[in-house]
Amino acid sequence: MFGYAVKRLLSTIPVLWIALTFCFFVLRLAPGGPFDLERPLPPVVRANLEAHYGLDRSLVEQYFSYMGNVLIGDLGPSFTNDDFTVAELLAIGLPYTFTIGGAAFLLAILIGVLTGTFSALHRNSGVDYTIAAVIMTGLIVPNFLVAPILQLIFGVQLAWLPVGGWGNGSIAFLILPVVVLALPHAARISRLMRGSMIETLGADFIRTAKAKGIGGTLTVRRHAIKPALLPVLSYLGPAAGYLLTGSLVVENIFGLPGIGTYFINAALNRDYGMVLGTVIFYMVLIIVLNLIVDVAYAWLDPRVRAR
Amino acid sequence: MNAVAGLKRLAAAAAFGIASAMLVAAGPVSATTLHIHNGGDPSSLDPHKVSGDWENRIVGDIFEGLVAEDINAEPIPGMATEWSVSDDGLVYTFKLRDAMWSDGTPVKASDFVFAFRRLMDPATAADYAYLQYPVKNAEKINKGEITDLAMLGIEAPDDKTVVITLERPTPYFLGGLTHYTAYPLPQHVLEAKGDDWVKVENIVVNGPYKPVEWVPNSHVRTVINDKYYDAANLKIDEVVFYKLEDESAALKRYRAGEFDIMTEFPTDQYEWMQQNLPGQARVAPQAGLYYYVINHNKPPFDDVRVRQALSMAIYREVIGPQVLGTGELPAYSWVPPGMAGYEPAYLDWKDLSQDEKNAKAKELLAEAGFGPDKPLKLQLRYNTNENHKRIAVAIAAMWKAIGVETELYNTETKVHYDELKDNILDVARAGWLADYIDPVNFLELLKGSLPEFNYGRYNNPEFDALLDKAALEKDQAKRYALLHEAEAIAMRDNAGLPIYYYISRNVVSPKISGFNDNIKDIHRTRWLSKSE
Repeated sequence: MFGYAVKRLLSTIPVLWIALTFCFFVLRLAPGGPFDLERPLPPVVRANLEAHYGLDRSLVEQYFSYMGNVLIGDLGPSFTNDDFTVAELLAIGLPYTFTIGGAAFLLAILIGVLTGTFSALHRNSGVDYTIAAVIMTGLIVPNFLVAPILQLIFGVQLAWLPVGGWGNGSIAFLILPVVVLALPHAARISRLMRGSMIETLGADFIRTAKAKGIGGTLTVRRHAIKPALLPVLSYLGPAAGYLLTGSLVVENIFGLPGIGTYFINAALNRDYGMVLGTVIFYMVLIIVLNLIVDVAYAWLDPRVRAR
Repeated sequence: MNAVAGLKRLAAAAAFGIASAMLVAAGPVSATTLHIHNGGDPSSLDPHKVSGDWENRIVGDIFEGLVAEDINAEPIPGMATEWSVSDDGLVYTFKLRDAMWSDGTPVKASDFVFAFRRLMDPATAADYAYLQYPVKNAEKINKGEITDLAMLGIEAPDDKTVVITLERPTPYFLGGLTHYTAYPLPQHVLEAKGDDWVKVENIVVNGPYKPVEWVPNSHVRTVINDKYYDAANLKIDEVVFYKLEDESAALKRYRAGEFDIMTEFPTDQYEWMQQNLPGQARVAPQAGLYYYVINHNKPPFDDVRVRQALSMAIYREVIGPQVLGTGELPAYSWVPPGMAGYEPAYLDWKDLSQDEKNAKAKELLAEAGFGPDKPLKLQLRYNTNENHKRIAVAIAAMWKAIGVETELYNTETKVHYDELKDNILDVARAGWLADYIDPVNFLELLKGSLPEFNYGRYNNPEFDALLDKAALEKDQAKRYALLHEAEAIAMRDNAGLPIYYYISRNVVSPKISGFNDNIKDIHRTRWLSKSE
């Protein structure tokens, strides 16, 4: 298992390198540079700025210089944030994004698995349909609509929760953003779980368990849940990626200092270093998550291990 | 336990969690803290590296120059207690007060010399260096023509005296010293820490507040600088500047009491705010112009009749009140009114009715060779933004009424300005906020010898000559007359299409006093107070 994981990781390094090279050059194709502002810069100042950041060298020279720096962990300066380097900004923002994303991830799994299992056990009943309706709403209504509505209700009108910001980091500030972020994923996990659970409950080994006289709840818990989770697991890998990076909207609306904003704003500002920094982060994340999913598959389903 | 019981336990736990979290959220309030919604995140705390108004709010609270700003943003003594000007208007002598940096080191005249030299040093690449070009040799040093920084027209004959020599008499120079490009820097810290001097744990300031925390993308927190000479009179103990670009979300946080001041608001909620938060949403004239640039290098726009027709057909009076909803005033001059006593030169057809203007516009187009069988076609460029789009769509419809076909073209801000810089446009949107309160700051946008500001490449040697002559004129009234003549020429030539004068938009809680509206939209925290 360990050897397999290491081999997988090593094989992804060329992939990373190719993707980074591609991004580096494609980024320069976009018209406009980091110093094209609303207020025009006198040419000599612009020349000085470009020299300061090494943008006046040939593109190939810049590429090798950048790659060399990445290998020693230096992701370069940020053009939009003069007082911090890319690495510092990512380091500062990651804990917030991980906290919100991680909490949303766990909440989505919890709600999704529980409601999905419940719906499967009581399939086609009134409760099942009600849950389905509520779940579908969470799936269909986009998060940039849900967020302001919840802010209005819980923050402004009822004043139960703060409207935004990170504040002192207490749970009160996390509740709304985590709920908004988790909802669509909880909905999908719920539907996946329901379908998968129904299928699993019809399998032979469940009939064997019932024949042996094992009660309903024990059957579900010990024998049905793990295999039923497999499709959910396939979804969780990319979902974790989306949660950590797609938090852009949530971070923007709630004013949370995560790294989500860098993904969009860095590109709009032509902050080359920051864009590449976020690309590296995202790629590494996806690779690691996919690897974890593969390993978890083997653990959950003995039939996979046996292969 | 079965799943249902499990869910019930979960729900109970969640309810308990929320209840306890709410108790934590309602914490104790001791110091008077001002919560300001600041829009963007500053790119730096270094006065030489910033250029936005959201950055000015922070930098202007933590540093103070020779001249400071009072409650109405008018110049008052700052680090300098008094000053005198030589008879020829070229030499300014400032006497410094006994002031300290936040680490206890005295503020010396050499700190100003050091800062100005660093500002002009091309290696610093300060994008606003040109604001202090009135100083002798500043432009040459900044452009690399002179390499000896000591040639800059600023000296410190002793620790308490700063002497600045100008290139030529400049009436707005003193007001220009309130700008952050003129702030002193703690030379001892820059020499010790290099580029890291500006990090929150190292930075040393001389203003009423000092920064103690900066979480990028979230907020900047400043507290009272107890070494400030007037610290005893400060009523606010702590200021938190929040980054939040979503204005709707910011308004909700304001309503929940999390923000005391908003420095921008969603214009489509202005009416709602006037009804539900009376007196709190403030609009006030600001020294700025929203205009359309027109390309003088590209036929048929080099024909003054075409330019005038396009300008006349714009129904400016509806743009502020109806298109934007916040009541901006129509602009018929290039320089906004209220600039230190200057009387703008207005377009001579401004008082005609819109129908008369449209009729005349059609006539002019016909004279220029356009008509129903040969309509004028043009491309209108703007940078992607809801308001720019609304205005462009409205104006395209107004132009349709005189038979002009408009193609709307929007790009993101960087691309928009990149192409304007290269003179790629027919007609394009641009805006300008005054750097200092003097009409020449707007007129320079049309100067032939400043192509980087003059996107339309309007080039009238008569106009340029008048501006150059005004630069040498010491008598204020005569100088204004020359500038007025230049503006009149530009208006007669329809050098550009002025659309409206900017207004500042703020939302201020009734708990705050000292927030006075002014054309610079500057409200330094030292004059504010907050009741509970």
